Amino acid sequence: MDVRFTSMNYSRTNWFVKTAVLSILAAGVFGACQAAAAADIIGVITLTGTPPAETDLAPFISDNSDCAAMYQGKKMPTTHFFVVGPKGEFADVVVSLKDVTGKSTGAGAQPVVLDQKDCVYTPQILAIQTGQKLLVRNSDMCIHTIDFEPTVPGNQSHSDAQMAGAADLPYTFPKPEMFITFKCGVHKWMRAWVSVFDSPYFSVSGQDGKFVIKNVPPGKYTVEANHRKLGAQTQEVEVADKDVTVNFTFAVK
Amino acid sequence: MGSPGACAGVLISKLNASAQTSNDPWLHRFAVLTAVITFFLLGIGGLVTSHEAGMSVPDWPTSYGYNMFALPIKFWRGGAFFEHSHRLLASGAGFLTTVLAVWLWLKDPRKWMKWLGVAAFVLVVAQGVLGGLRVTLKMDNLGVIHGVVGQSFFILTCAIALFTSRFWGRWSAGEKMFFVTRGLWTLVLATTILIFCQLALGATMRGQHAGLAIPDFPTAYGKLWPDTSADAVARYNAEHMDVVAENPITAFQIILQMAHRIIALAIFILVAAVAWLSWKRLGGKNLLAKLAFFWLALVVCQIALGAWTVWSNKAADVATAHVLVGALSLVTGALWCIIAFGRREGATITAPTKTISGAFGTSPAMAANK
Repeated sequence: MDVRFTSMNYSRTNWFVKTAVLSILAAGVFGACQAAAAADIIGVITLTGTPPAETDLAPFISDNSDCAAMYQGKKMPTTHFFVVGPKGEFADVVVSLKDVTGKSTGAGAQPVVLDQKDCVYTPQILAIQTGQKLLVRNSDMCIHTIDFEPTVPGNQSHSDAQMAGAADLPYTFPKPEMFITFKCGVHKWMRAWVSVFDSPYFSVSGQDGKFVIKNVPPGKYTVEANHRKLGAQTQEVEVADKDVTVNFTFAVK
Repeated sequence: MGSPGACAGVLISKLNASAQTSNDPWLHRFAVLTAVITFFLLGIGGLVTSHEAGMSVPDWPTSYGYNMFALPIKFWRGGAFFEHSHRLLASGAGFLTTVLAVWLWLKDPRKWMKWLGVAAFVLVVAQGVLGGLRVTLKMDNLGVIHGVVGQSFFILTCAIALFTSRFWGRWSAGEKMFFVTRGLWTLVLATTILIFCQLALGATMRGQHAGLAIPDFPTAYGKLWPDTSADAVARYNAEHMDVVAENPITAFQIILQMAHRIIALAIFILVAAVAWLSWKRLGGKNLLAKLAFFWLALVVCQIALGAWTVWSNKAADVATAHVLVGALSLVTGALWCIIAFGRREGATITAPTKTISGAFGTSPAMAANK
């Protein structure tokens, strides 16, 4: 009985080990296939035409002794509505996959920092996922207030004071929304715009106009490029196992 | 005339039912002080909105967690300077109004004046709470109501200052008797109500936080009537480089500003008509004719300030001056109505010693005016 039992036990254990090894192998192969299938959507945003001149912030900053002191010997900034390179490379355009929802990995993603430095927001355009933590930092030696009022139900408005040297203030947004305006009530020229997406498939074009939406699963998508001043453009793409290039051209009339 | 006109009529008829005054010059001076402080309060309130500083101190009734009256001076910076100054001056106005209400209740022999003091107290408390809720609830619409109630409160404080003056005692007793046609009085009342609506419209435009919806004047985007199609509005927004504008321009805001301009023109025509009719019927030396011309000067100044507000890209001090002259225009019309109410043709004047009553027709009135 004992021998028979032992033999049967061994046989069953062997079967479990084989099954487990095969399962792991299968999962690995499947995962590898999946990874191989995912591709990036890349592209360049270009602006044609001459944008309006940016507004000089010096008259505003000079009126505030705290902020003016930060610019002693330095040039005061202008607005950055149109950040354009010499060849029309268009920065600060938010590119995303339209209508892709329920894919957010924001809860486990690294927090994104929105800094208040030298009495301006850095960066002024940024994008996060739903549930992803946004940390608003005060790197200045003066008080700032963080004031934003989302319009999509579910996203809460806030108005908080943040003293110099205070801890970062964390915010999250449960619903996707474009261009939530962050402003400082003390320094009226301070503005940043935060866009929230319900997936990790988005990007903000850099100074070179380039953007990358990484690891997009195979499928057909509508890629939307959205500029705060010039509105949105869309293009249809199909992603398979190779990177897809999509370029956008905005025009100032 | 509608409800505001009816209310004004009921109130003013009460005022003329008694020619008594408090006969206390200090009460009058105190009432004048309250009205002046209220005027400054409107100015600082205007600066708060002009500087987009409504949320610069995000808590209330505390300020950055401090007792409002003990906020360290180092925090009085930028937008917070205007918002905090507004809160402190509002507290001062509230205190003055409370004292004024108690003073009126104790010393003024006119029952309706006692209740007018109570009304001022209730209004100033409501106004303070509205201002606080605008901050804590972050509601721009409450800010608009806060602005409109502020203008109404200014009328009330100016009226109390008038009713406590010796001038009012003499006037309501029948000094310098003359009569105003009902048509002229009604025209002034209607114009005053239109100015009130115009101020409410202006407060709504300011409460949109979208900067200038139309950047040029007297044209609108280079035209007599601007294109408000979706494409055109998108183009306006692309070219709109306002630093402090929080929200994009909409077609509705453009139409609001066009309405504001058209109503301004209508007000100018109406006030000019009032001035001309007053001068023609009452004579150039008559108090009400002088007041009508002062009113016209204010309206002309107000239109110039409105144009300057556009040309200066809504500079905060210019926009605030526009708010203040608007308040003065409103009060001038309201006081004209109050002063002239007892001098309308057919009105009854009750004096302490004599009663001049009139089922006056055109001839006696004209005779009295001469």
